[in-house]
Amino acid sequence: MRLMPRFLLSAAPLAALPGRAVAAGMPQLDFKNPLLQGQVIWGALIFIFFYIVLSRSALPRVDRVIRNRTERIQNDLDLARKAKREADQARKELLDARQKATDHAQANIQTIRDMAKSATESQLAATVERLEAEMREAELNIKTAHNDALHHVNEIASDTATSLINRLLGRDEKATVLDAIKRVQG
Amino acid sequence: MANGSTIDALGQFELHPILGSVGETLRLSQSPVFMLISVLLVLAFLYFGMRPAAVVPDRLQAAAEMSYEFIRDLAVGTIGEKGTVFFPFVFALFFFILTGNYLGLLPYSFTFTSHIAVTLAMALTVFIMAILASLRYQGIGFLKHFMPEGAPIALAPILIPIEILSYLSRPISLSIRLFANMVAGHVLLEVFASFTIMLAGLGVAGHILAVAPIVINIALMALELLVGLLQAYVFAILTCIYLREAVAH
Repeated sequence: MRLMPRFLLSAAPLAALPGRAVAAGMPQLDFKNPLLQGQVIWGALIFIFFYIVLSRSALPRVDRVIRNRTERIQNDLDLARKAKREADQARKELLDARQKATDHAQANIQTIRDMAKSATESQLAATVERLEAEMREAELNIKTAHNDALHHVNEIASDTATSLINRLLGRDEKATVLDAIKRVQG
Repeated sequence: MANGSTIDALGQFELHPILGSVGETLRLSQSPVFMLISVLLVLAFLYFGMRPAAVVPDRLQAAAEMSYEFIRDLAVGTIGEKGTVFFPFVFALFFFILTGNYLGLLPYSFTFTSHIAVTLAMALTVFIMAILASLRYQGIGFLKHFMPEGAPIALAPILIPIEILSYLSRPISLSIRLFANMVAGHVLLEVFASFTIMLAGLGVAGHILAVAPIVINIALMALELLVGLLQAYVFAILTCIYLREAVAH
């Protein structure tokens, strides 16, 4: 139906114009014309030639180029995917190695810290023990000195009192002084 | 051509022998020459286009590849997987018609697709190929398609002849569609071109009026470029549809 306006448009001038074109008819319908018959035979031969060249040579050639390109792109994509997989694997290995190294270093640090702590604690204990021993010894010395000092107090006091009496009274009253001291301490 | 007060719009479709008596003996007219030129142009386009065979194609190679893929998609997309077998035939048909249509638009050329004998020969080739494909893929069982499925059996005496008639009319409609479009377009171009020449003979007013048919012819030329492509496509896609019916079980 789409053809109708075109047909009408083309038929209108032909119908309107009296001329030999309309009278003679369409050359395409002159089937007795040997050239028209020859046209079909030649056309068939040319078309067969065209078909054979296309199907045997021209189209496989295009197909080959397109197929090669597709294969090459596919290969490149495969290579890129493989490289990415390897890179991902390498990255994972690197991260694992780094994690292991970190863990190992932390374990070492902990060990060293523990060792240092233990050494410090034992040193401290030894020092405390030594200081306590020294303190005990010092206390003992002080006590001994204190006792010694207390032991000599009577003697010093009697000597001092005897000496004072001697200076004041001019006589030796040592025995009296000692008796007095004994009475006081009594 | 304009000849006095008459227009010979159909003279352009006449066949003339070439090479004198040799042409007459071999029944060789200008039509096969243009067929050969069309074929050689397409082959040159493909060979020169694909000569670089580059991974990144230049314009000509891209055009050749696009042509290939366009027809391949058409054939395989319509017919199905078996379309690859018919692809070279559809390609040949499409480009034979397309270059024939476009070559005919050049001055002093000849449009071989405006001859019913040529278009009918191509349509009959498609028709016979479809029948052979039907027999090849469906056997004699393809005849059951002439009785629509689910239709009452009582209607068979009416439906079967209608279906057969419809089937037989395929090559007629296929060939006349292309032939009529080409004839109509070229007659219109000739008629309006003749109007220009006839009006130019009417003095100053005629000179001014003669511009109108030229403008119309320019528009017609654009339309013919579209019609030339469209008709080649219609012929090719109908061929694919007929072949799909033939190969489908």
